[in-house]
Amino acid sequence: MSMDLSVPETWRVKGPLYRLEAARCKTCGRIHYPPMPACPYCGSRDLERVTLPSEGVLESYSVVYAVPEGSRHKAPVLLGLVRLGRVRVVAEITDADPSELRTGMEVEAVLRRIRSDREAGIIRYGVMFRPKLKGGSRGG
Amino acid sequence: MARRVAIIGTGHSKFGVRNDVNIAELAYESIRQAIDEAGIEPGEIDFAFVSNVGGWSSEPLPAVVALEYAGLTGVGTMRVEAACSSGSAAIKAGYDAIKSGEADIVLVLGVEKMNESPTPTVVEFIGRAGNYFWEFQNFGLTFPGYYALYATAYMAKYGATEEDLCKVAVKNHYYASLNPKAQFPRKITVEHCMQSRYIAWPLKLFDCSPITDGSAAVILASEEVAKKVTDSPVWIKAIGTASGTSNLSRRTDFTHLEAARKAAAMAYKKAGIDPENPVKYIDVAEVHDCFTIAEIMAYEDLGFAKPGEGYKLIREEQTYIGGLIPVNLSGGLKAKGHPLGATGISMAVDLSRQLLGRVEKGRQAPIKNGVALAHNIGGTGHYAYVTIYSLDKPREA
Ligand SMILES: [Zn+2]
Repeated sequence: MSMDLSVPETWRVKGPLYRLEAARCKTCGRIHYPPMPACPYCGSRDLERVTLPSEGVLESYSVVYAVPEGSRHKAPVLLGLVRLGRVRVVAEITDADPSELRTGMEVEAVLRRIRSDREAGIIRYGVMFRPKLKGGSRGG
Repeated sequence: MARRVAIIGTGHSKFGVRNDVNIAELAYESIRQAIDEAGIEPGEIDFAFVSNVGGWSSEPLPAVVALEYAGLTGVGTMRVEAACSSGSAAIKAGYDAIKSGEADIVLVLGVEKMNESPTPTVVEFIGRAGNYFWEFQNFGLTFPGYYALYATAYMAKYGATEEDLCKVAVKNHYYASLNPKAQFPRKITVEHCMQSRYIAWPLKLFDCSPITDGSAAVILASEEVAKKVTDSPVWIKAIGTASGTSNLSRRTDFTHLEAARKAAAMAYKKAGIDPENPVKYIDVAEVHDCFTIAEIMAYEDLGFAKPGEGYKLIREEQTYIGGLIPVNLSGGLKAKGHPLGATGISMAVDLSRQLLGRVEKGRQAPIKNGVALAHNIGGTGHYAYVTIYSLDKPREA
């Protein structure tokens, strides 16, 4: 079964997917990613958009070999649970060998192609994480 | 006035790849057994709850199809869905119907025919048990991937190993080898398991429950009816329920399932079981081992072991018969099989038979307190049901 990526849906999620936009509840202080218009904990509708830090720590990971149809060519997929400040994000890990992954390692966000929808469909981009480059910046 | 509720009949099909039957025939194998055991007439059934997750099923409306084939057309019915814990949810629905006085006799059926869809479709569908549009579509997060994140975090925090996970599979295959209804009634070794291919590291093929066709059924009855038709009722003593966030990023901890802890606390409170020492009260448990890591977390979430010490229970063989508390003597989801909608009801059937001393030699637990526990999880702790069954009539209804 192939999925058709929805154009309106892709447009709606561009903030969180491209720029790590989250929502901070001004009432209870919790941060939600992906962002939402109301806080599911305290019910407040007073939330503001915040941008999550682009560097974080790998809290858990998996190397997924049984990959769903449509993404088979990417197998194995490195999957990470990344802590960015007070928030966790589930995202793909890229530019890494499975053997170098460790819980607690530092990672940084990069924008990559997540998936494309058949021949004529749209291409969706989004944030992935890679092991933090030594020296702080690319090529440094 | 609230009333007590008993299981008066049980039925269980052979689990496995059941290409020999259609979904209604598969359901009937359990319905017929359960009605025969209960010694009631089909016409006495007031309502039928049908647990089925579906999505790939050969029948989009399995409740009416299964009931019609069983000659139960005319009985009020509905499909019940709570992901992999649908079976326990259906039992709760039946329990509530009788407890409230709305019904006297209820059929609770679970049936799933998963092998009529190609595996990728099933895996994809189960993946959607999470926060589908976010985590699956954007990140390709599969269901084994969810539990793998838990396994990695648990192993890193507490020092459990892949061998420890495999020991859960070895135990459950051992007991499945004694259960003729199991999908995989054969023993395996730790080496077998360790050498199996990775599905989502650190989880290997033998850490994962299979794709299964199967059915299970129970007949529930009010105390009044139970007294008349049987001298060996099994009572539903308490049911604890909870849910968790559908968004993994929002979980606070990846070494336990918060919903399971909440459901256990509620069930223990209702049943009068000391949450500090539940193993003193419980003779046998069936827990939701969709992946081996899930069984280890279940030991801790149910209070059989302290947080971080669940893996020691399996390492020291404390969950075999003769240990601290025997767990998954049916073979569990891992080796008995996991036909999603039937699983919670299969737990009820096997535990009822355990309490009555009716299961096969070699996998019968010693019954001292007459109390058994079922732990049934939907998704990755999205839904949780903990059900306590007992031979003694509950003090309060
Ligand atoms: Zn809030």
